[in-house]
Amino acid sequence: MFRHPLVIRVTHWLNAICLLVLLMSGLQIFNAHPALYWGNVSTFDTPLMAMSSTENDPSKGMTTVFGHAFDTTGWLGSSGGSNGEAADRGFPAWATLPSDQDLTGGRSWHFFFAWAFVLNGVAYLIYGLVSGQLRFRVIPSRDQIRHFGASIREHLTLRFPQGDEAKRYNAIQKLTYLVVLFVLLPVQVLAGLAMSPAMNAAFPFLLTLFDGRQSARTVHFVVAALLVLFVVVHVALVLLSGFWNNMRGMLTGWFVIERKVEPAPVTGESQA
Amino acid sequence: MIRPSSRRALLTGASATAAAAMLGGCDRLGNVEWFQRILRTGEDANMFVQRLLLTDRTLAPEYAEADISPWFKPNGTEDPPDRDYKALAKGKFAKYHLEVGGLVEAPYKLSLAELRKLPVRTQITRHDCVEGWSAIGKWTGVPLADLLSRAKLKPEGRYVVFHCADTMDQGNTLEGGGDGEETDEAPTGNANPSMTKQSGGDESRKDSGGQQATGDDAASGGTPVRYYESIDLVDAFHPQTILAYEMNGEALPVSNGAPLRLRVERNLGYKQAKYVMRIEVVEGFAHIGGGKGGYWEDQGYAWYAGI
Repeated sequence: MFRHPLVIRVTHWLNAICLLVLLMSGLQIFNAHPALYWGNVSTFDTPLMAMSSTENDPSKGMTTVFGHAFDTTGWLGSSGGSNGEAADRGFPAWATLPSDQDLTGGRSWHFFFAWAFVLNGVAYLIYGLVSGQLRFRVIPSRDQIRHFGASIREHLTLRFPQGDEAKRYNAIQKLTYLVVLFVLLPVQVLAGLAMSPAMNAAFPFLLTLFDGRQSARTVHFVVAALLVLFVVVHVALVLLSGFWNNMRGMLTGWFVIERKVEPAPVTGESQA
Repeated sequence: MIRPSSRRALLTGASATAAAAMLGGCDRLGNVEWFQRILRTGEDANMFVQRLLLTDRTLAPEYAEADISPWFKPNGTEDPPDRDYKALAKGKFAKYHLEVGGLVEAPYKLSLAELRKLPVRTQITRHDCVEGWSAIGKWTGVPLADLLSRAKLKPEGRYVVFHCADTMDQGNTLEGGGDGEETDEAPTGNANPSMTKQSGGDESRKDSGGQQATGDDAASGGTPVRYYESIDLVDAFHPQTILAYEMNGEALPVSNGAPLRLRVERNLGYKQAKYVMRIEVVEGFAHIGGGKGGYWEDQGYAWYAGI
């Protein structure tokens, strides 16, 4: 079955690259001041979340969340730098772009790929709307809404649909994509813009929307974490539901639909 | 045929290697001149679009007295080490003069007392550091537009450069990496020292090659590099652009830039030059400092700081 048209395949992989670079350069920017607040200004003594390192030698990495402190040495607050020595930094070197502490480098990456992400997203949406792909992909049909409970059960037992049912996304898949496409990603872009002093002058409602600039920064961080969660689940399901078939689908467009057999095979590996 | 388990191990191993190679590759790419230039087009686009969205008179949000931060975090230089400055500060800046010159018809000097007699603007605005934090303060000072009109700009004047009193490097250009407003080594009385500690130069980008070479190699002979900044006429004549001599209703403290600092709202903190001694109207800034229009710009930061 021909599943993914060229535009969708290209925008999918560009999007994957953009999100990865945006995440890692975003963590680099976060590391310049690894603390989050609510409201317009930073309440330095009472952050919602903060990463720091202790003064003693060797220093320990501490993460404070809502006033509770956790020892996160090696991961957050203090971790091995690119040269192997422990460094005081929010997120570790392997998670940031550039890997060394370099705010201006991180900003350059972040802004370039933010533009690439937005332009790619607009291309995807226009194509999706005009071709009808978007509607087919993300709006649950009436029978899917009726059998929503059964769909959840199938998901929890990791039984993947076969036959005709495999030709379309199931209800949970559609709702997830719907939320990511029309809630998380737009909120992420708006929260990013709300951190810009010039954008605050042009569109003061951005600050009202997020209850202040520091809250926008916090929302931007939390939504990034939710997007990471989405990608983790997405990749896990790709692996579980037949990695090679899924990859072929997203690279060439062709996806193999297995004939319905009972009971479902355990591994989910498809026979090409 | 590879069995699924070993295939999985292969995949995991391959992706881990690929990830490490990619990160190393990106780091190297990020230090290559032509690639940096491509990445920077993102920041060029920021300026282009934001300038389209903003009129010359679109105001940055202003806040109420109740919103003023109890502590306005000083960043960068908090006590300029320069002897001349220390002498001025000792005399409560009675001998301070602001110089206005460059491409103007009528250059002049004004004392602090004379500046205080000029038109006044007070605004409560939010300060956003490039590092990510924000603070709200009340600023009182002279609109820059008034000072510039007094001097009568020559038609070729396109930028306003602010020369500051504080020395950043004693000719050592390899200090300081990617952090905040003015300088990085600022471990002084901070309510939360661990945070500024993060921005310390201990992990600076010593190995980042060309980017650090700020172009003023001549300075490594020992000429001190002082803080400076530049803005264009759009920002210079903006109604909220003032040279402030008061913060929160009192004389500007030394840690926040006494006796005079720039407030150019709609921009990030590193544009808000402190310890302003001289204003120079120029046609371009290629001949000043590292040639990028500001101390942090010479370290790689974008000249346009609206985001």
